[in-house]
Amino acid sequence: MSAGAEAPRRPYVTTKLVTARAVGIAGIVAGAVAFWLALPPLTVRNVAAPIVVGSLAGVLGVGAITRGERRVGWGAVVAGLVGMAGGVAAAQASSAHLEDVITWSTIVSLGLVWTTPLTFAAIGGLVSERSGVVNIGLEGMMLMGAFFGIWGADVTGSWWGGLAIGMISGGGLALVHAVFAIHLRADQIVSGTAVIFIAWGLTGYLYNSHYGFDGTPEGTPAVPTFNPTWLAHVPPRALGQFLADSLNGLSLMTIFAFVLVPLAWLVIFRTPLGLRIRSCGEHPRAADTVGINVYRIRYGSVVMSGVLAAMGGVYLSIGFNHHFTEKMTAGLGFIALAALIFGNWRPFGAFAACLLFGLSQALAPQFQNVDSWANYGTLFQALPYLLTLVAVAGVIGRTVPPAADGRPYIKQ
Amino acid sequence: MSTPTITTPGSPEPPGDEIPPDTFAGRITLAHRAGGVAVPLLTTLVAFVAGGLVVLVFSRKNPLSTYHAIFNGTGLNWLLPWNTCQFPCQPAIHLQQTAVQFTVLVLTGLAVAFAFRCGLFNIGGQGQYIVGTIAAVWIGTSLDSLPGFLHVTVAILAAAAAGGLWAGIAGFLKATVGAHEVITTIMLNWVALWIGVYLVDIGGPLQDPSAGPVGVTAQVDPGARLRVLWGTPGLQALNIGFFIALAALVVYSLLLNRTTLGYQVRAVGFNPDAAAYGGISVRRSYFLAMAISGAFAGIAGSMDVLGWQLNVDTSFVNAYSYIAFLGIAVALLGRNSAVGIFFSALLFAALTTGTAARNLDPNVFPSELATNLTQMIQGLVVLFVGAELLILGIWQARRRATKTAGRVE
Repeated sequence: MSAGAEAPRRPYVTTKLVTARAVGIAGIVAGAVAFWLALPPLTVRNVAAPIVVGSLAGVLGVGAITRGERRVGWGAVVAGLVGMAGGVAAAQASSAHLEDVITWSTIVSLGLVWTTPLTFAAIGGLVSERSGVVNIGLEGMMLMGAFFGIWGADVTGSWWGGLAIGMISGGGLALVHAVFAIHLRADQIVSGTAVIFIAWGLTGYLYNSHYGFDGTPEGTPAVPTFNPTWLAHVPPRALGQFLADSLNGLSLMTIFAFVLVPLAWLVIFRTPLGLRIRSCGEHPRAADTVGINVYRIRYGSVVMSGVLAAMGGVYLSIGFNHHFTEKMTAGLGFIALAALIFGNWRPFGAFAACLLFGLSQALAPQFQNVDSWANYGTLFQALPYLLTLVAVAGVIGRTVPPAADGRPYIKQ
Repeated sequence: MSTPTITTPGSPEPPGDEIPPDTFAGRITLAHRAGGVAVPLLTTLVAFVAGGLVVLVFSRKNPLSTYHAIFNGTGLNWLLPWNTCQFPCQPAIHLQQTAVQFTVLVLTGLAVAFAFRCGLFNIGGQGQYIVGTIAAVWIGTSLDSLPGFLHVTVAILAAAAAGGLWAGIAGFLKATVGAHEVITTIMLNWVALWIGVYLVDIGGPLQDPSAGPVGVTAQVDPGARLRVLWGTPGLQALNIGFFIALAALVVYSLLLNRTTLGYQVRAVGFNPDAAAYGGISVRRSYFLAMAISGAFAGIAGSMDVLGWQLNVDTSFVNAYSYIAFLGIAVALLGRNSAVGIFFSALLFAALTTGTAARNLDPNVFPSELATNLTQMIQGLVVLFVGAELLILGIWQARRRATKTAGRVE
């Protein structure tokens, strides 16, 4: 092999494989590892370990920033700092307490439970906002799905009947938002807020007049779940047991949610329909000029967002809780909105944020297993919102909404 | 970033008809021109009719007798001349509760309205209200060496400052990095909620240690309580906060219409670019408008804590703080004017009180349905008030009417 043939190839390989983005992502992973080291099952008691790995994450982050990947790079720096702080804190804490709080299979399985409704609602919000209509009424649309899902399951006697009726109800509420936001040119925030009020009132009213003090009946049909016990045979034994435990009781709706994300990406970024939706959200006049019916696309997108958000609500009532209570969504719609913004209006970004927020929702109640830590769980609940604040403040790169998001379009 | 979209006004208009600019304040001006009180009254009427239909269809009850029972629940019937009610008078107690709700709704309505006039949508009244309650209960349960008058004043001012700072974060982010205030205030709402729950929950820094397994703060020092003017202290009696709310309406009106700051805020609300061209600091206006808005909401929190609640527990932070969210409906229906907010706060206070479990006659209509009916009516009011094209239609109809009337003469 001659040296002359090798020389031009090496830079090619390095630029292709080790991009600045990959460096940054490695940094984020290193930040997570710094924290994970100090947690069970490894439970490294040496403070140096998280510091070293966390610093590595910081170095990788700085490397990515200097190579132009600001967003991922800053993410890695923050992940490194958080991982370092968390790792040091965990290494100082009593390992018995850690064992009580960190049960990975519980956190993963509960995290999947929370991620499911968040993903439906966040992808729903994404579809609507990509077409240029802000949808802060996600909370209300989820709640509609939650009530009508269980009512439908109760009436039709089947879970898919409930799912269908729930989806229609969410789409119906979204249609109200669409009419006011698109045709009547109401301020989209105002009509989104109104829709939340209406959903609170309507579901509460119907719940009380139909079910009253007894609550929704026991044993309404539920979304099927899976128990992949065969996963326990996956070697090594600990991993297999972990997989089996954390995927135990996996809902069909969770699988739908995980399928929805690549599907949404495919539709929005790789199909003519997606191009139309995005062009209505970026430059509706230009879209109109080339013959796209902006109103029709926006109507379709908003109704679709309501249908998807309602699926998240249906999962809450007949997939997870198996009953309905007034205002049971309790801010999940707003967390989904936060995830959408945190994920920068992109399907995989939003999904990653949903996973992060879902896992943190699952971790929060775990703190109550240790008396002296019970309060930290409450503070932990604020984390998704704080992270989103930091994200919109532009510390970790700017979040960029669609250019015409929130502006009514006036046909000429 | 300048966007090349939709800066041109709407459908072709006959010459001479000016169309307000496509900004938030432009819409508000449009709404003002579109026949003053006609739109809000019409909206409210439509919402009540829709609510009545819900009552009729889903519960098969008489909507009129339901509304009559709700009206009696508000205590407003105490004001009727033929009311001869002896002590202890139930309508009087109900009326006191309505007045207490009115106090809070005026202040949270002002919190939304002031930001509106600067072109900002402060959807974070709930969070600002929560930090206000926390500040008020913190000062109210400590500093008990202060004389009474000073103590209560300091507590209210602390609540105003806390609310102002909390909203100021959103204003600061809007002014510096352009973060959308709707997103930041929603996030700040939930951060405030969880921090509030943490502070008063079991083992939290503000929890009363003697309360044991209950997440509640200590009672506010007697000196830090708002003076009760009418009714039994401890119940939701009418306190001096009612007049603080009325004073706030006057302050709001004067601040907006008679000061340089108010002029600047309104100018930025109409058109930030024009205001900047005229030498007004848009950033400063954004920050101050949010901070003043937050101060109103913070004071609202202190009114509840120092007036009748006297302590803060987890459900108060979690659920009751929802009342501050209603400020959006109050401001929208009240068209951001002091007089409008007075009446819309009265309407929503009456609805909230009249449908409460203690006030509504359960033989006529169950209150758990009625409270949800209230929420539906509130939602419908907000929905219709926000519909620009409806307002535009009414405006044009009026113009046409005046034109033809002129021609006849």
